Amino acid sequence: MAGILNALSGWFGSIADEFRFVFIEGNRYEQMITGFVNTLKITFGALIIGIAIGIIVAAVRSTYDKNRDKMRRHKGIGYFILAFLNAVCKIYLTVIRGTPVVVQLMISYFLIFVSVRDGVPIGIFAFGINSGAYVAEIFRGGIMAVDNGQFEAGRSLGLNYLQTMIHIVIPQMFKTVLPTLCNEFIALLKETSVAGYVGVVDLTKAGNSIAGRTYSYFMPLITVAAIYLVLVMILTWLVGKLERRLRTSDH
Amino acid sequence: MTTNEVLIKTENLQKSFGKIEVLKGINTEIKKGEVVVIIGPSGSGKSTFLRTLNLLEEPTGGHIYFEGTDITDPKVNINLHRQKMGMVFQQFNLFPNMTVLKNMTIAPVKLKKATKAEAEERALSLLDRVGLKDRANAYPSQLSGGQKQRVAIVRALCMQPDVMLFDEPTSALDPEMVGEVLDVMKALATDGMTMAVVTHEMGFAREVADRVLFIDQGIIMEEGTPEEVFSNPKSPRLKDFLGKVI
Repeated sequence: MAGILNALSGWFGSIADEFRFVFIEGNRYEQMITGFVNTLKITFGALIIGIAIGIIVAAVRSTYDKNRDKMRRHKGIGYFILAFLNAVCKIYLTVIRGTPVVVQLMISYFLIFVSVRDGVPIGIFAFGINSGAYVAEIFRGGIMAVDNGQFEAGRSLGLNYLQTMIHIVIPQMFKTVLPTLCNEFIALLKETSVAGYVGVVDLTKAGNSIAGRTYSYFMPLITVAAIYLVLVMILTWLVGKLERRLRTSDH
Repeated sequence: MTTNEVLIKTENLQKSFGKIEVLKGINTEIKKGEVVVIIGPSGSGKSTFLRTLNLLEEPTGGHIYFEGTDITDPKVNINLHRQKMGMVFQQFNLFPNMTVLKNMTIAPVKLKKATKAEAEERALSLLDRVGLKDRANAYPSQLSGGQKQRVAIVRALCMQPDVMLFDEPTSALDPEMVGEVLDVMKALATDGMTMAVVTHEMGFAREVADRVLFIDQGIIMEEGTPEEVFSNPKSPRLKDFLGKVI
């Protein structure tokens, strides 16, 4: 019995020593904090851009799908504008979803914004554009899942297309897409771990560089993994709370 | 109740879905204050006809005049005319994420037809008339089918329409709830509301209608007062139909 206790306390002691060596010595924890903050900045910045793009692209695509047949008959200028926007959205979705996010990030950094040498805003831009494509399709699916009778009821009351979308359809869409959207946010948070490719010290990069400097891989990498895990758990918990609040109308 | 003022007039109204002709030229008039009940076998085009009246289905030919305006003209802002045409659906189509009160006030408030306070006052008095004032803060999922449809009716009325279109309003209801919805519709007819009703409730048609249209194969096969249509049908199709449903 005493032997087991001794072994355990020895093990904890060595863990504590390792922690001190890896993070405290040389103030290496500061690097971890910088990485943590940058990961959050990129994730939430990209999230906001992604949702904005997602709403716009989904609105264009579903408006086009809903009105295509009707507008074909009249062929006004509105039809051509809408058809053009729809084509642009389709190209965007195809290109973004057809190429790896790391490549998009590097293209943004090395080809598009050559004069900007701060990887964080470029990361926000690249991950935002990337996430927008997935969010757009999630929203479009959500809009199509709202019963067409809801749309008809709105229109029959005299609300125009946009008013019906904004006041009737989109609020109902949010409830349906919330779980899928949460998935996308989790994926986004973890995808930002490739930001190191353009010189950003994000959480992963920080862990990796500490590991390289100390030749100790266990402590930095497990810590990085644990931080991601806790972030994802917090995010899931928040979305779950929001879902329960939106469900009030269902009982 | 019927006046001589024509509220809705259709001229050679046609609707095709692809190659299938559903309406093959409907000519009729609905006068202010008139209650027109539309009957016919399923697939006859009666629901499509009703839904073309406010352009939820866009006609593929002919004209619809509403209060003197040709609303089939693409230049017309249909939203303004729809504000004057209430519609009640078979599946109620209440907004599930809003309370009863919000369901009723969202359109008048967003369309600036009334302030929030005015709209709520009107909504509550309408709810009172259909016996649902105490359900104002309930969500649609907390209501029975009959209550939902009564709310759907007063939601349309909250826009103060000139005509009410009913698309099989009792077809999705349990039998014991049909009566409460028909009672509301009868009261509405008595108050002088212009109504176009697609229904299978022959008792309601007989009792409330000023005129009955029998639509079959995309045309008005026969029309007349309830007395004429139900007691003295002329066309063999109508005789056959009545034989099956009554």
